[in-house]
Amino acid sequence: MLKINNLHVNYGGISAVKGIDIHVPEKSIVTLIGANGAGKSTTLRAIAGLVKASAGEILFQDEDILGNDTIDIVAKGITLVPEGRKVFANLTVLENLKIGAYLRNDRIEEDINKVYELFPRLKERAWQFAGTLSGGEQQMLAVGRALMAKPKLIMMDEPSLGLAPLVVNNIFEIIEEINKQGTTILLIEQNANKALKIADYGYVLETGNITFQGKGMELLQDKKIIDAYLGTSKR
Amino acid sequence: MTSQLFMQQLANGISLGSLYALLAIGYTMVYGILRLINFAHGDIFMMAAYFMTFSIVTFKLPWYIAIIVVIIATVALGVLLEKVAYRPLRDAPRMSIMISAIGASFLFSNLATYLFTGVPRGFPDIKVLTTTVKVGSISLSVATLITPFITLVLLYLVLFITNKTKIGMAMRAVSRDFETAKLMGININRVISTTFIIGSALAAIGAILWGSRYPSIMPLMGVMPGLKCFIAAVLGGIGNTTGAVIGGFILGMSEIMLITFLPSLTGYRDAIAFIILIVVLLVKPTGLLGEKVTDKV
Ligand SMILES: Nc1ncnc2c1ncn2[C@@H]1O[C@H](COP(=O)(O)OP(=O)(O)O)[C@@H](O)[C@H]1O
Ligand SMILES: [Mg+2]
Repeated sequence: MLKINNLHVNYGGISAVKGIDIHVPEKSIVTLIGANGAGKSTTLRAIAGLVKASAGEILFQDEDILGNDTIDIVAKGITLVPEGRKVFANLTVLENLKIGAYLRNDRIEEDINKVYELFPRLKERAWQFAGTLSGGEQQMLAVGRALMAKPKLIMMDEPSLGLAPLVVNNIFEIIEEINKQGTTILLIEQNANKALKIADYGYVLETGNITFQGKGMELLQDKKIIDAYLGTSKR
Repeated sequence: MTSQLFMQQLANGISLGSLYALLAIGYTMVYGILRLINFAHGDIFMMAAYFMTFSIVTFKLPWYIAIIVVIIATVALGVLLEKVAYRPLRDAPRMSIMISAIGASFLFSNLATYLFTGVPRGFPDIKVLTTTVKVGSISLSVATLITPFITLVLLYLVLFITNKTKIGMAMRAVSRDFETAKLMGININRVISTTFIIGSALAAIGAILWGSRYPSIMPLMGVMPGLKCFIAAVLGGIGNTTGAVIGGFILGMSEIMLITFLPSLTGYRDAIAFIILIVVLLVKPTGLLGEKVTDKV
């Protein structure tokens, strides 16, 4: 579904992503793990058209979308749940969901209800301003908002960051559930253990290069990966 | 002082306040979305007054057509201003865009001086607006009488657009976070243009009512009202539409009441706005209805 070939991204003179290849097959969960500053967010932002790549190809359903406007990329069926959730604090929960469906012209009530089924908390808080939600609730809202666009591919940038362990488990369950319902997922995580457990395939990014890749379970058992990424993030 | 004079001045104050409010909405909306003080807003207002004069005096349009033409022309100018002077600097440091706004303001007033000369011109006498009517014991021009109602209707309309429509929701989202708004598929440029359309349309209506009240127009006529209305927006809490209207009312009213009760200080009528600005900045920098200042991330 998504195929990235030799992607390079620079900020000014500094290169943050140095020629990576990533393949995300339809209906799969693919995860990209790596330490802070490895270039994970940059990769997702390049796919979403928020930063311009300096070289490479980003093929979405066999069409090169590199250089397209973010709006067009979203319209083609890719959404990004950004790092730090970025819900619109000055909009209500319901409005945040509605704005996720901004490009749609069909009826959205049914999809709002689907999001509420996934996240009952959001229904209870529909009229609250999103800024008043807890971190976990905001993350749920950010995911729900992304779902409202009915994306084919949903990209999530560290959805578990800064959340309580119980909430983290909940978020990962939801990610699997969304995937079961047919949406392809590209997941970025520092919580490598959990991410690799639910992923079909994983990539390890180190300072802009992919250093390891393999099936989620294989990476989980790889000695080098355990030492580098799983040692400290237990559970 | 007779109660009749007081009532007269009260009506004047309310009316002037609502004129300020119309302009203040434009400042506050643009600030809300771009974090930019649109220094050229007062000059857009000035241009609208000239457009009205030309429409009626030169092109001999009937007033009701002229009003529509002027609103359209002013809106076009406001949208052009954003496209040319602000859009290219959107990712530049905020100071650059601020300087561009000041430059645009100078450009408009100098261009107007060059094209229309600095000699004041008479604003066309639109009879429906300048006819005097008696309300109880006081007599007012129709313009003075209807300005507050027009302002309230337009305020309601603006609030409706921002709170109840899809484009309004997008405006609020963009005012918070450009990048995430883009991720929703929102066309940022279109949303910002919409803000300038609304602000400029209100400035045009304000200019027509202003001209009917003070029927002498000149290239620098937008400067002082522009500053005052910016202050009104700060007083109300910049970024807050209702606040801008309240700020406008307070400013207009204070000005007229100063003249009424302390006629010897009439020469200081323009100073009162700046005194209010200083007090607001010292006592409550976020203004009456402003939220805590949260810088955009
Ligand atoms: N807007 C930016 N300007 C300059 N450098 C940036 C910017 N964003 C990220 N970087 C740099 O690019 C590298 C990769 O960052 P990022 O993609 O955010 O990493 P990750 O998401 O893996 O933590 C880092 O060295 C970071 O400092
Ligand atoms: Mg990151």
